[in-house]
Amino acid sequence: MNRLGLGVLAGVLAWLVTGCGGEGKTAVTVYAAASLSEAFEDLAAEYEAANPDVDVKLNFAGSARLAAQISAGARADVFASANRANMSRVVAEGRTAGLPVLFARNRLALVVPVDNPGDVTELEDLSDDSLVLAMCAPEVPCGALAQAVLADAGVNANPDTEETSVRAVLTKVMLGEADAGLVYATDVAAGGNKVATVPLGPQIRVNDYPVVAVSDRAVAADFVDFILGPDGQRILRSHGFDFP
Amino acid sequence: MTDRPTPKEPNRSPPIAIVAMAIIAVAVLALPLVGLLQRTPWSTLGTRLGETATLEALQVSVVVSLLAAAVSMVLGLPLAWVLARLTFRGRALVRAVVLLPMVLPPVVGGIALFFALGRKGLVGRALQNWFGIDTLIGTTAGAVIAAAFVSMPFFVITAEAGLRQLDPRLESAASTLGAGRWTVLRRITLPLLAPSLAAGATLSWARALGEFGATITFAGNHPGRTRTLPLAIAQANEAGQPEAAIAMSVLLIGVSLLILIGLRHRWIAPRTSQPDTSSETSPS
Repeated sequence: MNRLGLGVLAGVLAWLVTGCGGEGKTAVTVYAAASLSEAFEDLAAEYEAANPDVDVKLNFAGSARLAAQISAGARADVFASANRANMSRVVAEGRTAGLPVLFARNRLALVVPVDNPGDVTELEDLSDDSLVLAMCAPEVPCGALAQAVLADAGVNANPDTEETSVRAVLTKVMLGEADAGLVYATDVAAGGNKVATVPLGPQIRVNDYPVVAVSDRAVAADFVDFILGPDGQRILRSHGFDFP
Repeated sequence: MTDRPTPKEPNRSPPIAIVAMAIIAVAVLALPLVGLLQRTPWSTLGTRLGETATLEALQVSVVVSLLAAAVSMVLGLPLAWVLARLTFRGRALVRAVVLLPMVLPPVVGGIALFFALGRKGLVGRALQNWFGIDTLIGTTAGAVIAAAFVSMPFFVITAEAGLRQLDPRLESAASTLGAGRWTVLRRITLPLLAPSLAAGATLSWARALGEFGATITFAGNHPGRTRTLPLAIAQANEAGQPEAAIAMSVLLIGVSLLILIGLRHRWIAPRTSQPDTSSETSPS
């Protein structure tokens, strides 16, 4: 290895050593459903600003995967799930310190690429098999909600792809590769100016999000209180969530 | 490990440090497998594997991985030959581009495939106008393309290494004796190359069988068409059905082991020019 290579290696090592060192802050680890990503990043930033000695570590994934990780003993302090089923599992196994509280509500949204190549104007249009339709798999919360809404409307839709994450549905619509996708209302903002929303009318079906303190550390309970408090609710509302 | 095949150093025992490291390496590779098998619901495994959804995913996996391996061989062999035998400007660059899918996260590969073959991709419109292909989402063709994208490099590097190790004097001797180009390729080059080709094909097939990220990103997750075993396993895992995921993983491991063990002689065989190796590649 030449001198330059050694220099680069030494630099990388130095960066690794200094970068990994903690700063003596209290860390609170929050496991949150993927659909909460942007809202919880804002929540964490505001919480850290109010509590400078706390470092909020966020872990986003599908609720079922997070529940499985907590069941397997993952060191989470707080768990925010996108539906009740996955929360119930964790609570039933005695993994939580407190009782879950509902903190947000989400609705379904029908999104299309901004030029709407499939000419989708209402939910009923999704029964057209020539459309490339992306949905969540029925096993994940957004897919269960989508199926319930479609069944209520009597629409027989055949998705071309059943994604395991709602953001993968959004991506395919944003790229213009899918003509339509069923996502959460809160995902629409992440689509920016690449997607348009087709109004669905009043919806009875919603997903309620519960949160719970997993560990019995004081900072875990405090973060849950922050989510439920006025500041937390204001941030969630700004991302398209309702209060249940 | 008890017999010592090297009689010239009879007193020397195997270096303990190396053996210890080798044992750790085996543990790193085998322990997760043991953990999986130990958590496998053996009593219900039969019924789980007999489920229609599982068999469907297995079928898609086998079809997609074999087609991807075939594509890798048909396109990869000429590419390997060009890289090994021709000298041209930018050869290093071409090789780097060819090998890139090996280090690229497969999800990135899937998105990149959209930019190439998708509706708004570089040749997407041509696909639409010339072949009437509106989308590759939810099609087996899309799954094969995604799998071939990530698995072809494994065939190319193995075949190229084989071509480089080939003694060129054998080929030139044959042509001096009057054999034409195709005869040399068919009777000399390909038979000598057979072990490398088999190894490359096995590697690329194995990579295609385990492929997940590019497939779900580019071809989506459609039962019976693009939902391979890895996609079905991930879906079961996301859905909080770990037992179904474990059962399908055991199935995938079983199929892979069967094929790898079946091919082990071909793969690890010493490089000798046995007459039987030519039977597969040259129809004579």
